[in-house]
Amino acid sequence: MDFPGLFNYWIVIALMMIGFYIVISQGNLVKKIFGLNIFQVSVFVFYISMGKVEGGTAPILAPGFATYTNPIPSVLILTAIVVGVATMAVGLALVVRIRDAFGSIEDDEIAKLEGDVT
Amino acid sequence: MINISLLMIMVATALGLVWLRNLLAVVMFSGIFSLTAASLWVVLGAVDVAFTEASVGAGIATVLGLASLALTRTEHEKRTRVFHLPALIVVLVTGAALIYGTLDMPGWGDPDAPIHTHVAPRYIEDSLAETGVPNIVTSVLASYRGFDTLGETTVIFTAGVGVLVLLGRGRRYPVANPRVAAGGGPGRAPAAPGSEGAAVPGDSGEMRFKAILRVGGKLLIPPILLFAFYTQAHGELGPGGGFQAGVIFASAFILYALLFGVPMARAVAPASVLRGTLALGVLIYAGVGIAGVLLGGNYLDYSVLAHDPVHGQELGIILIELGVGITVASAMMTVFFVFAGQDPQQVD
Amino acid sequence: MVAVLLDGLSWLCLVAGVLAALIGGIGLLRLPDVFSRMHAAGLIDTLAAGLIIVGLVLQSPSWTVAVKLILIIVFILFTSPTATHALARAALHGRVLPWLGDRSSPSEGAPSSKA
Repeated sequence: MDFPGLFNYWIVIALMMIGFYIVISQGNLVKKIFGLNIFQVSVFVFYISMGKVEGGTAPILAPGFATYTNPIPSVLILTAIVVGVATMAVGLALVVRIRDAFGSIEDDEIAKLEGDVT
Repeated sequence: MINISLLMIMVATALGLVWLRNLLAVVMFSGIFSLTAASLWVVLGAVDVAFTEASVGAGIATVLGLASLALTRTEHEKRTRVFHLPALIVVLVTGAALIYGTLDMPGWGDPDAPIHTHVAPRYIEDSLAETGVPNIVTSVLASYRGFDTLGETTVIFTAGVGVLVLLGRGRRYPVANPRVAAGGGPGRAPAAPGSEGAAVPGDSGEMRFKAILRVGGKLLIPPILLFAFYTQAHGELGPGGGFQAGVIFASAFILYALLFGVPMARAVAPASVLRGTLALGVLIYAGVGIAGVLLGGNYLDYSVLAHDPVHGQELGIILIELGVGITVASAMMTVFFVFAGQDPQQVD
Repeated sequence: MVAVLLDGLSWLCLVAGVLAALIGGIGLLRLPDVFSRMHAAGLIDTLAAGLIIVGLVLQSPSWTVAVKLILIIVFILFTSPTATHALARAALHGRVLPWLGDRSSPSEGAPSSKA
């Protein structure tokens, strides 16, 4: 197997897992959301890596080029990025509301407060 | 080779994020991560995506993160759980399963991979003749996969409405005369330098020290707006389009709000207008579809919009990109104004 | 002949730019406080970025590319001093005092103060 081979994909999977680890292990809600962002961007990197064609140029048709990168992953990810930031804004807005209601953005403190209420 | 080094920078940044306790630094690292990803995508030939990530991930997301930190009034995490054994086990098992899954994948960049042999060649060979648009990403986004993009635009619209519902009411910025609130008058006493927690570093007076920032900002805002329009209009020929243009357009207003205060920026782009344009963009998009139906075609079939099918396609793509741009710009501005317009003192 | 000369000049600029970026990066890690670190960052913003872009302009195939590159450097020269100014002001506002060497350094301005 020549060098790039699957190595790229493995690094991307490592990145995804770091993001996933932040989401499940950290207690701070803001940090969780940014961990989710890492996870999300890694998935985007995975898609774009799959669309790469050896020696291909950007998918804008121009005379003199024959090989183009696959445009479909670009299209999917382009919209996903903007949707991702929009949903992240909703997540952060929820965090702000949680801070209003519980006075904390640490998940164990929130769980304790909720336990007191019920 | 360069993509491996960029990926390694991304790994280092992500690992740093696990250890960091300072949330301000977490937000900054996330911005660095996004910008590195954008550079990687330029190398991989996905210029449209890189463009979007650079403006969204490194720009808007960072501003939103900082604004929410100011609102939750936290700078540090209580404790870091760097080692959390159950989580580590789950992550390692998942990662191993995913790597096992990649073993059957074709090598990276292999031109004969299944992904490159089904619809992609058709787009590359026929899209110019069918739509008259050289940028394949734009033609696929707006025409071939128009339904998908309509859905995504609606999601952005919904997210904008969601943020408005969550934070927009009841905790609004105290409405005052915008000029007074911005503290811009030269004769006014500057605010106390110790006043903490201003979410927007533009409204604490001290005109003398802000002169450099404001002049620099004023010089930059017109080129940013011009670039947004260029990106919108040039999206068919080069990298760009409604998504990027909307974000860049909104970032000019965000810069204005940071320099001159949210009330001043809201005076330029009032909430009522933004709420209208937020819906207008989706309406334009969906309306182009209806127009196609009325002219005897299918929903979102642009060929019937003009006498010549190719002209119809071009017209349809330009119109729906305009709709996307309007919705994205209004959504980003709405979200920013809602976040930055909160009064942090009111939280407690 | 001219092509070879241009190519050599371009490579010289690129290598010098990369060296400047490297020195700036080392300075960013090694210098004692926020304000002196900002000098190191300034080296990357101005000299390194400028030299790399001049090198790329010399390599550019058409004049439109060259104009775009020059526009980039113009914008960098506008924004980075403004951003540095904002950063320094924010640091002062946050009561970070400059490091004054070993003689009578104020407690808050000690090298260990956070960036």
